[in-house]
Amino acid sequence: MNQAKLYTKDLHLHYGEIHALKGVSMEFPARFVTALIGPSGCGKSTCLKTLNRMNDTVPGVKITGKVLLDGEDVYAKNVDVPTLRKKIGMVFQSPNPFPMSVYDNVAYGPRVHGLKNRLALDEIVEESLKAAAIWEEVKDRLKKPALRLSGGQQQRLCIARALATKPEILLMDEPTSALDPISTAKIEELAVELKKEYGIVIVTHNMQQAARISDYTAFFLLGNLVEHGPTSDIFSNPKEKRTEDYISGRFG
Amino acid sequence: MTEKQSIISTRRSKLTLEAVMSAAFLLCGLAAVVSVLFISVYMVASGGPVIAKVGILKFLLGRVWNPGNGQFGILPMILSSIFATAGAILIALPTGVLVAVFLSKLAPGKLPGALRALIDLLAGIPSVVYGLLGAILLAPLIFKLQTWAGLPQSGSLLAAISVLSIMILPTIITVSETALRAVPKQYEDAALALGSTRLQCIFRVTIPAAKSGIAAGMALGVGRAVGEAMAVTMVAGNAAILPELLKPVRLLTTSIPLEWAYSSGLHREALYGIGLVLFVFIMIINAALSAILKKGGAHNA
Repeated sequence: MNQAKLYTKDLHLHYGEIHALKGVSMEFPARFVTALIGPSGCGKSTCLKTLNRMNDTVPGVKITGKVLLDGEDVYAKNVDVPTLRKKIGMVFQSPNPFPMSVYDNVAYGPRVHGLKNRLALDEIVEESLKAAAIWEEVKDRLKKPALRLSGGQQQRLCIARALATKPEILLMDEPTSALDPISTAKIEELAVELKKEYGIVIVTHNMQQAARISDYTAFFLLGNLVEHGPTSDIFSNPKEKRTEDYISGRFG
Repeated sequence: MTEKQSIISTRRSKLTLEAVMSAAFLLCGLAAVVSVLFISVYMVASGGPVIAKVGILKFLLGRVWNPGNGQFGILPMILSSIFATAGAILIALPTGVLVAVFLSKLAPGKLPGALRALIDLLAGIPSVVYGLLGAILLAPLIFKLQTWAGLPQSGSLLAAISVLSIMILPTIITVSETALRAVPKQYEDAALALGSTRLQCIFRVTIPAAKSGIAAGMALGVGRAVGEAMAVTMVAGNAAILPELLKPVRLLTTSIPLEWAYSSGLHREALYGIGLVLFVFIMIINAALSAILKKGGAHNA
């Protein structure tokens, strides 16, 4: 029996005629950062979205194989998808705060999951904003529209919003691709800090980023998981020629 | 090409055509502006005197409309118009927004297209046909209510509200649907990824994000309801008394066509006055609409 928090087993995904994931089996351990890398269209984002079933609404999608969270099949018929997504939070490529106040953004998740108590909400909002390292910047403007924050602040707010539902795993889909280097550095620091409490899966185009912050790296190509292992091995001693080509090509 | 092309044009006609065309566009633009100015000036000039003669307070707040007796109070009509419009919005706004949600987010496959075609048809039906349907289908039901309440059978505020609400429904649906579709998908993705159900996502994120567009649809609906005369004339009963739900009412709009043919002198001038009041109503609604749209635009930027 696999001990990992979350893992996939022979996962295939078709978008209509396109075979986007071809039998991916890998694990995502808790309290580590797993990076998914590979060229555009290789399936890394698709793989990420199968974990919290965000591909469900795409027309023509067909998924076979298994995704298991604590041993339970995420694609079983009787799964309550909102609860699954409460446990597996997600941060998107470009910051997407709601057009509401900073407070209401963070309180959104707890509220839809039924929390009404004002004091408890206040506490979760503060806790989440602190965990996302943005509390000091926004504590005096909780009632101000979130869309007035800078891009980097918005992304950290989105992380706070995802943390507020108290997830166990945080998915990050190229979370820094729309940000400047300073904001990127802050998000990276944050990811390293957050792995103490959460399992983190990050999709990134930036290989230095994967090397800097991840413990495990998975290299995708054309829907195949080519190689998966400790980040240091993948970058310094890849087993597969294709992995080596990709990594050295980018660095060279 | 061996011949060198000069940048100096020798074709006069080309330049002239440009000049003529831009003058034509300017003229068309001016025509619209001048029409509005002309209408405004004319409405004030023709409706103003009677209001001055009767006295603005007596005209707007007078409770009795009896032209034969020289009494020109239009308060019953103003209130009836406001009540009928408010009632119609109260019914049509929630209904219309829910239909728009269904069309833009929930309806499967080709259903939205088919429904949209029907809704467009609804918008294109002449208002007199709505009046006919109201008189034939709706009135008998309301007669029963009136009998039950011990009132005489007649046209009523309720009938006017019902017909108006159906008439403004297409406007509210269409504008709201456009607004709901314009909500960025990334908001909805974020809401779903946080564990919202589909309905929580719609009611907590999508609709609030579309609220300025929905408000615009509402303002357009109000404009149409305030200005509607024909259908209302056929079902409202047209007695110029203070409005009650099951009693006949007369709206601002309906007085004008009802009495125009036989009016003269001060009576006819009073009808101009009603026209002016209606005109001011619509101006206020339009101003509110553009304020809403401007605010919405600033909010999204």
